Amino acid sequence: MSAPAPSIPAVATGARVLHFRDVAKAFPDGTVALEGVDLDIRRGEFVTVVGPSGCGKSTLLRIASGLSPATGGTVEMDAERIGYVFQDATLLPWRSVLKNVQLLAELHGMSKTSTNQAARDAIDLVGLRGHEKKLPRALSGGMKMRASLARSLTLDPDLFLFDEPFGALDEITRERLNDELIRLFHAKGFGALFITHSVSEAVYMSTRVLVMSGRPGRIVDTFDVPFGPDRTPELRFTPEFAELSGHVSRALREGHS
Amino acid sequence: MTATADTRPERTAATGGGATTVDTPPSTGEGVLTGAGTAPLVRRRGRGAQRLTDGLLPAAVFLVLLGIWYAITYLVLDPSRRFLMPAPHVIVTDALFDGPTMEKIGEAVGRSIVVTFVGLAIAIVIGMAWAIAMSQAKPVERSLFPYAVALQCIPILALVPLIGFWFGYGFPSRVIVCVMIALFPVVSNTLFGLQSVDRGMHELFDLHGTSRLTRLLKLQLPAAMPAIFAGFRISAGLSVVGAIVGDLFFKQGEPGLGILLDNFRARLQGPELFLTILVAAALGFAVFTLFGWLAKLAVGRWYDQARDAS
Repeated sequence: MSAPAPSIPAVATGARVLHFRDVAKAFPDGTVALEGVDLDIRRGEFVTVVGPSGCGKSTLLRIASGLSPATGGTVEMDAERIGYVFQDATLLPWRSVLKNVQLLAELHGMSKTSTNQAARDAIDLVGLRGHEKKLPRALSGGMKMRASLARSLTLDPDLFLFDEPFGALDEITRERLNDELIRLFHAKGFGALFITHSVSEAVYMSTRVLVMSGRPGRIVDTFDVPFGPDRTPELRFTPEFAELSGHVSRALREGHS
Repeated sequence: MTATADTRPERTAATGGGATTVDTPPSTGEGVLTGAGTAPLVRRRGRGAQRLTDGLLPAAVFLVLLGIWYAITYLVLDPSRRFLMPAPHVIVTDALFDGPTMEKIGEAVGRSIVVTFVGLAIAIVIGMAWAIAMSQAKPVERSLFPYAVALQCIPILALVPLIGFWFGYGFPSRVIVCVMIALFPVVSNTLFGLQSVDRGMHELFDLHGTSRLTRLLKLQLPAAMPAIFAGFRISAGLSVVGAIVGDLFFKQGEPGLGILLDNFRARLQGPELFLTILVAAALGFAVFTLFGWLAKLAVGRWYDQARDAS
């Protein structure tokens, strides 16, 4: 099912970065978390998976990232560098913002100069300049998430995996971070797989929305989002936005029942 | 207490005598603050009074205990048996102001401090290495942890004759007692700290193919520091106990606090004995405070110690 308006690709899509074919995941206790999941993501695509709690959305990301193996089907990870943004910011509390942002570059053995450069650039990109010396305990939830995002940005990933990164934030902070993430996406052109349970966030952010059913999780519907790259908060109040959100919501309800 | 006396001279004058402060009720402090008009806001006055009460209450308890002490010395004990519990001021005049006694105690404290810290240092090195080894592989933990528990369960005193038998009755044996007493808290706290690292953080390191060593150095050890320092603090206190207990059993060589205690006891030198006990207590307290301060220095910047401090 496709949205009524003609699809305008927001960013020129590039090389394929992730490919799922008929992927399944069953846990040792017999629970089937995922079944028959097909998925392709290219650079320049922002794909959101929206589904009810406990439907296996996070499992999907864990399989994509390699944290957890699939028990069926094929997974091809073509991205050389992936960024993973967790539900929690997972900042190391004893490191300053700057040191936290430098962590992944350090783990990848990047040289000191390029680590510093990448960290400075990433901190600028997420708008944390001036807060480099602060410890995570001194940051608000939104700032922690920005730092977490900056940490992944230092690796310049081809594919970004987002596990409900803004779920714990208040609405205003969340919408602001949505806008900043869209801006980053257009600037960098990475491929993104974004997990959320918010329909409005999914429609606002994505070039494509996948609706997932409850357990066992499978993709029940796909929507191409027709809005261009210059999305502003006003978009949320347009009839087109409401209509598409309505379609997604209905698919979500039907998939869940 | 002196501030209270200064602001209310008429009361001090009225009570007079040596034991003036004994019957000063804590409420006097509140009265002084209100009377002086330093606290126009009710909330501020409440907080100031709170702080004053926090200091006054333990002081009041101290004075009560002192009173009981005097009562026992002068009312309960027969004058010929007062050496069993000499009055506090006698301890001050006969022991604290007695040059030769203080010299002996000073030297003994120095030796006990050396034993305490050498034992503690060895316990820290062995304990951390032990815990790190256990944190790296489950089979290692399963093989070695029971022995850490066993070490904690065996009454060290039962081993003392054997230690003397093998290592002689001097400095090395005293240190070994310290190490054995101080080891377990280091092992268990370090292991607990290394193992309670947040799973999300482990996954972050998993995602980037981190080696064991890097993970240990950049994630597990820093995250475990608060727990490790809590262990050091307990072990430091135990190490003081070990140094004194070791002294009581291994009497060769220069005397530490334990030997001194035993000598004063044997010669019925009450005031000297009491002063040595107080000095030993002060040593324990100082070591405990030192490690509290070190912990604050090491992790206080990012770790909220309010939950487990003091």
